[in-house]
Amino acid sequence: MVRPRRPVPAADGPMTHTLTPEERRERRLILALLTPALAVVGVLLIAPLIWMGWQSFQGPDGFSLMHYQRFLTDSVYLSSFIQTFRIAFVVTLAALLIGYPIAYVAAKSEGIWPPIILGMVLVPFWTSVLVRAYAWLILLQRRGIVNSALQDLGLIDRPLLLVNNEFGTTMATLHILLPFMVLPLYAAMKKIPAELETAGASLGGNGWLVFRSIYLPLSLPGVIAGSVLVFVLTLGFYITPELLGGGRTFLVSMLVSRNIELYNEWGAASSISVVLLLVVFAIFRLASMLIPFERIMGTK
Amino acid sequence: MDASSHPHQVGVTIRNAVKRYGSFNALNDVSLDVAPGEFLSILGPSGSGKTTLLGLLGGFVQPTSGSIHLGATDITHMPPHKRDIGIVFQNYALFPHMTVGQNITFPLRARHMPKADWPARLEAALAMVELSGYADRSIAALSGGQRQRVALARAMIFEPRLILMDEPLSALDKQLRETMQLELKDLHAKLGATIIYVTHDQREALTMSDRIAVMKDGKLVQVDSPRTLHDRPANAFVASFIGEAMLLPVARQDAGILTLSGKALRSAHAIPAGKDLFLTVHSEKLTLAGPSTAPEANLLPGTVSSTVYQGESVRIFVTLDGGHAVSLRLPSNHSGWQIMPERGQAVTLALHPDDTIVVPQAA
Repeated sequence: MVRPRRPVPAADGPMTHTLTPEERRERRLILALLTPALAVVGVLLIAPLIWMGWQSFQGPDGFSLMHYQRFLTDSVYLSSFIQTFRIAFVVTLAALLIGYPIAYVAAKSEGIWPPIILGMVLVPFWTSVLVRAYAWLILLQRRGIVNSALQDLGLIDRPLLLVNNEFGTTMATLHILLPFMVLPLYAAMKKIPAELETAGASLGGNGWLVFRSIYLPLSLPGVIAGSVLVFVLTLGFYITPELLGGGRTFLVSMLVSRNIELYNEWGAASSISVVLLLVVFAIFRLASMLIPFERIMGTK
Repeated sequence: MDASSHPHQVGVTIRNAVKRYGSFNALNDVSLDVAPGEFLSILGPSGSGKTTLLGLLGGFVQPTSGSIHLGATDITHMPPHKRDIGIVFQNYALFPHMTVGQNITFPLRARHMPKADWPARLEAALAMVELSGYADRSIAALSGGQRQRVALARAMIFEPRLILMDEPLSALDKQLRETMQLELKDLHAKLGATIIYVTHDQREALTMSDRIAVMKDGKLVQVDSPRTLHDRPANAFVASFIGEAMLLPVARQDAGILTLSGKALRSAHAIPAGKDLFLTVHSEKLTLAGPSTAPEANLLPGTVSSTVYQGESVRIFVTLDGGHAVSLRLPSNHSGWQIMPERGQAVTLALHPDDTIVVPQAA
């Protein structure tokens, strides 16, 4: 929904002109090639979504709005949504601030350096999320390495509360999702011709002007792609907040799982998922109205 | 951009420039003086060091040793954005996310010129390259030739002391390239700026330049006017690189006489001493011997091996009696067809002593 919209050739109705046998054969071939993908999307995505939507309107006695009424009556729902979006926003922003310089250095370096830098970004990615969540727990707990180091250095008197709260959740989520920011950024930066910066400098632009007015705008497609990925993935993150939140973070994903595991309330879980989906859609619709993606991408 | 006075005219002095990449000498002791207002081309095959030399002038490559002066200013170690040199890049390097106007005014923005002055300057620059009214277009909507002009306007708008052009026409098709060559030449006359033009196209260099610097293996081989370079090449490399020259091995008899396959030929130019000498034969210097041939001309008997019709002319390949192959052209007009030889026919070619140029293998 953030991709540049290209004019889609309107499918000609049967009335406008008759297809030649070659065109018919081509269309049949395209349809045949798309069938497996359409089938997968239909069975695994569209159908469950419809089923989920239907289920969210089912009360004990048939059709009911009771699951949605809970959003207005139960304050846990609202606070959970607010916390989830707050964490997603902070994680996305932090990933961008940390990921941009990494991707920049990787895109600018030569020889063996790009694979080394990207490798360092990717290696943790191949480790299980569960393992990394526990690793953060060990690092950040009351008597963990970070706290003891800070205490030994005399920087703090009492251990900081680094985990079992929103900070720990944010930290670990950021660590796990950082590659999703770095890789699209790197791909976008690699597409920027080096001669554009050379040209900018030759025309009198100092390093900051060249970066701000040439490099940064041309890397925005990567910024947008990476931010969308990280934001959306954080919204649905489950294991990490569950392990590192210590009950103080109660994200939407956990709300869904509680409804099913504890109360076996599939209708309530479905309604939460539907609302989350709609809110995400609304955010991106709003973003695409506010940010001129097409101009940024240079397609206009 | 006033044609009557050129306050920005400035010469370039390159002294003993060396650029080494590891053990590879990209530039090997290059010294070159470019006069204020001159159009100088740097011509050479790929890998000859011309791009390195351009990088040195633009400030993107740091010399291992040597110095570069722009007028009286030493710019050897000056960063690119302070040099005040306009550069037109091979692929134009236009900023794709900016409009034509934003591209062209970028140098004004970089120099913090008052915004009130921009519109007038932009208009003048657009008019100069005949793109008035294009300021709000996007780069993607321009043709190759128009992009070329935008790049040119962008490099000129801040009235740089020196303009560098790196094969700016190589991406255009032949017809447009030839039009642009003449336009660039006109523009140079109008602006009066010093222009250094890098190309590997000898015809382009001959068409546009006041002087041409020929490079090979990181060294300057010869720096001369197009005509001198073409008619009096310094060595076999220059001779083979410029024009349609055939190089025939010859021996020196004395300062004015050489022998080609045992046959003595006269030259109006001093023949260099030494071995490994070559006679430079340009196809346009050869004629079929006839009543109008000058009496002092060297005569070269041979046999026509083939003729190729090429539209405006017919190229005739002749095997000389000594076994060397040469070619000449006859115009495809009435008088040309009158004397057109056939394949297998014995002919005598004439080469005037003024056009009989002997060059050494290397300078």
